[in-house]
Amino acid sequence: MNNSLFMYILLAILIVCAISVTFSKNLLNSVLIFMAYSLVMSIVWVIIESPDLAITEAAVGAGVTSILFFVTLKKIHGVLNNPEEEGESVEDDIENMESSEEKEDIT
Amino acid sequence: MTQDEINEMLKSSAPGVVVNDEKPVRKSGFRSWLDGENDILYSHLKMKRSYEDHIKKEPTPMEHNIEKAKVRYAVYDIANNRELKIFRWVYRIAAILFCVALALALTFTVSYLPPVGDPGTPANSSEVVKRYVENGLGETGATNIVSGIILTYRAFDTFGETNVLFIATCCVMCMLLIDEKVLKGGADTDSKYEPKKDDILQITAKVLCPIIFIFGIYIILNGQLSPGGGFSGGAIMGAGLILFVSAFGFKTTQKFFNETVYKIAKITALCMYGLIGSYFYITGANGIANHIPLGIPGHILSGGIILPIDIAVGIEVACTMYAFYALFRRGGL
Repeated sequence: MNNSLFMYILLAILIVCAISVTFSKNLLNSVLIFMAYSLVMSIVWVIIESPDLAITEAAVGAGVTSILFFVTLKKIHGVLNNPEEEGESVEDDIENMESSEEKEDIT
Repeated sequence: MTQDEINEMLKSSAPGVVVNDEKPVRKSGFRSWLDGENDILYSHLKMKRSYEDHIKKEPTPMEHNIEKAKVRYAVYDIANNRELKIFRWVYRIAAILFCVALALALTFTVSYLPPVGDPGTPANSSEVVKRYVENGLGETGATNIVSGIILTYRAFDTFGETNVLFIATCCVMCMLLIDEKVLKGGADTDSKYEPKKDDILQITAKVLCPIIFIFGIYIILNGQLSPGGGFSGGAIMGAGLILFVSAFGFKTTQKFFNETVYKIAKITALCMYGLIGSYFYITGANGIANHIPLGIPGHILSGGIILPIDIAVGIEVACTMYAFYALFRRGGL
């Protein structure tokens, strides 16, 4: 009973993670949620008695794949630009630009 | 987006242009007065801003966006094209319907799956499984039945998988490998702009890396006894290598793991696997006596060909993981 309750909680976390990966607009957050998904998934593998899959899932799913995603995001400059802020208004961008260039002038 | 909106965007995008009816952009008053921007004659006269010139040299991302918006407006005419509007709505609704239908179909299929651990499932009651479970320990010498199956009965499939990894790295190398001379001449990679010595990362790596490597080696060598095996252990070792590289940089890593070592390790591992696997298959299939001793189940030197194959797969996978990271990151090993 206790075990199955834990399992249901884990499965609920999995569903929430899977949905929020698609709805998150920040790519960095998506990768982090994906990482959390893999970790929870590896716990689920242990519970349903396949520990070798759990080891692989934790190493590959949560570790190496996420790191490759991070590196790719960095290559395409996806980490610095926040898409939510980017598309909001042109005027904000202008102000940011002005202030940054002012700083350059001062220095 | 209408034409007026675009005009507004264009106006606001070039702040240096004097437009009489435009309201001056207010910053904090005293500061802008000090800088000499704010003036009584602001709306009539304006000081020329120093950054005006180098804005025009390269289009900023915003100007680029406005250009794109103009092009899109000219091509699609979103506000007035009725067919396009209808198409967009139909497209959205169709996409949602397709997703819902797919989700329903998959859920429906899941309801037909047998419960986990049910003795009556087809996987448990099939002839092959019975044979594997009953004779597996005697024939392979492995207490970990999963390793026994995938590395002896189905060694050929696993050989294919290892080849897939090899070919995947080759493809990534074809696309991303940069010549070593170019790299040394200061190619424009991101690692240039990073902090060179991060204390937290380095100390954590010093503590964690040995543990990770030992754990990976343990999992590879105990493949026939406990859960795990070549792939899991290799992935763990690859992750450890990645941690080491991100803490200490590529120069330190190249002292013990450069492209030559990588090539030798990888090709040797693959060839070893191929040779052992084919020897096992030829002797096994023709009923010739198999000269690899099975050993006592439960000892570390047991399981016949499982241990050497596990080591080969482990080296292969660790190299692959590290090579992916290095190629993505730097363009070379």
